[in-house]
Amino acid sequence: MIENSQPGSKPLQPAQPAKRISLLTKPRLILRAVLLALAVITVYSLATLDTANLKFGEAFQSLGANLKSMFLQPSVGQDSWGLLLRALATSVGLAMLTTLLGALFAFFIAVFSARNLAPSWLATSIKAVMAFIRAIPTILWVLIYSVVMGLGANAAVVGLTFHSIAYLVKAYSESIEETSSDTIEALKASGVGFWPIIFQAILPSIIPALLSWTFIRFEINFANAVAVGAAAGADDIGYYLFMASGFYFNFHEVGLIVYLLLGVAIVLEVVSMKLRGHYLKKN
Amino acid sequence: MNNKFQSPQQFFRQRRLRLGVVLAVLLVIYFGSVAIVNFQTLTSLAQVPAGLIWLFKNFVPTDRSITYLGPILYQLWRTLIVAVSSTVCASILGLIFAILGAKTTSPTPALRWIIRFGASLLRNIPVVAWAMILLFSFKQSDFTGFLALFFMTLGYLTRAFTETIEDLDGEKLQALQAVGANYFQCVFCGVLPEVASTLTSWVLYMIENNLRDATLVGILTGTGVGFLFNHYFKQFRYDAAGLIVLLIAILVILLELTSTQIRRAIA
Repeated sequence: MIENSQPGSKPLQPAQPAKRISLLTKPRLILRAVLLALAVITVYSLATLDTANLKFGEAFQSLGANLKSMFLQPSVGQDSWGLLLRALATSVGLAMLTTLLGALFAFFIAVFSARNLAPSWLATSIKAVMAFIRAIPTILWVLIYSVVMGLGANAAVVGLTFHSIAYLVKAYSESIEETSSDTIEALKASGVGFWPIIFQAILPSIIPALLSWTFIRFEINFANAVAVGAAAGADDIGYYLFMASGFYFNFHEVGLIVYLLLGVAIVLEVVSMKLRGHYLKKN
Repeated sequence: MNNKFQSPQQFFRQRRLRLGVVLAVLLVIYFGSVAIVNFQTLTSLAQVPAGLIWLFKNFVPTDRSITYLGPILYQLWRTLIVAVSSTVCASILGLIFAILGAKTTSPTPALRWIIRFGASLLRNIPVVAWAMILLFSFKQSDFTGFLALFFMTLGYLTRAFTETIEDLDGEKLQALQAVGANYFQCVFCGVLPEVASTLTSWVLYMIENNLRDATLVGILTGTGVGFLFNHYFKQFRYDAAGLIVLLIAILVILLELTSTQIRRAIA
């Protein structure tokens, strides 16, 4: 028996029968209810899923065979290396272009939708519009603009930029709102104008946050650029991916394209880590 | 701020120089991408207002489009529950992988690297590739969409769950081990109750995300509300397509509001 009580102190005795403490606090109850609801929906959904009389054994076998020809025997198929690499560069360019345009517009809109800078009615209405734009999937924006501007790069850029702006305005305005209102008050009181406050006081203090949000958006935009190429025919890697898998059924080429995309993803991951490390060290 | 500048003038000159370099790099990137993508900045930007006007003229639902409401709502409901069920299934598997792969709870380091690598592979294969590969084997059925979303979500959630578990205070686990709890007791009584609410908010976030991606997957694999949108859109029935866009937006916003409320309640 281990004795760790101090000498002289009386052994503790429960005075009354111990009260039962329920571990189920209100948040826990809500959590359980949410999980239960999700489970019920899942079971219902899986039970009523339209499987179109699939034979699962065969289907999974053919999936395995396709994955094998994708990852173990990649080849260029009917396109050439030059074409595919150029298309990959187009996708990266598309992502960079839409991120830069999106960041530029989003910053100026975000200034007017931050509660500590703009009047509250303006901030609220801009945020509502942005929430609406964000709620519509990127691909629909691109398809809608491809009718107005014709299929191709212009529609893809405008559609992707639209969604980027809505996403970044939310992220940027939340970062701006984290600046303490005391700083802004003090600068206002000493007669500093609106734009100098933003560029001299607010911007320097939120650059790491802006940078990391912009980079996250760049990764999303790259994924979206691939998806958009498939659906809207901008001449990028997504288009060749779509053609190889949907028209020529050449899974060797699909494999090669997936490897190329994985390469870009790894480079992006490393760059983002370096960038964040650099800025976190400096601040 | 360390004092490496001799005068304020030097500080400002340095700052202006750095700003100039950053701006120059951004401009080079911008014009480089413009050249690669073959994008006409001014003509395209000039067309944006015209595009919006066209959008409001053609995409506003009319009386006629109300007749399509039945099938649209049904497909929207199917899309929603496929998004939910694929996320929940992926989260169950993802949780198992995360427990096996997190630094604090992993049985062996080898397993950790395998899970890391696998999750990153799943995450980085684009959803287009998933949809097309699965479409070939599983044909045009809801199940194809389910699987495409499932694999993507599995990659994301495994990473998010792993990071959440690793963020957990290691001392609690040490305390549990010190009083003689075995591995399963540590995981089920120490780790899971602690991370449950964070994991649930990740699951809710992924459901929102999957509802958006489900549209794209639907367009590619011919299922759900994405297929219906593509169908009306290609037949120039823009009012019906507009109704779908409007309903998707409303559903996404409602889902966002609900999950924000839930997140606040369980935090």
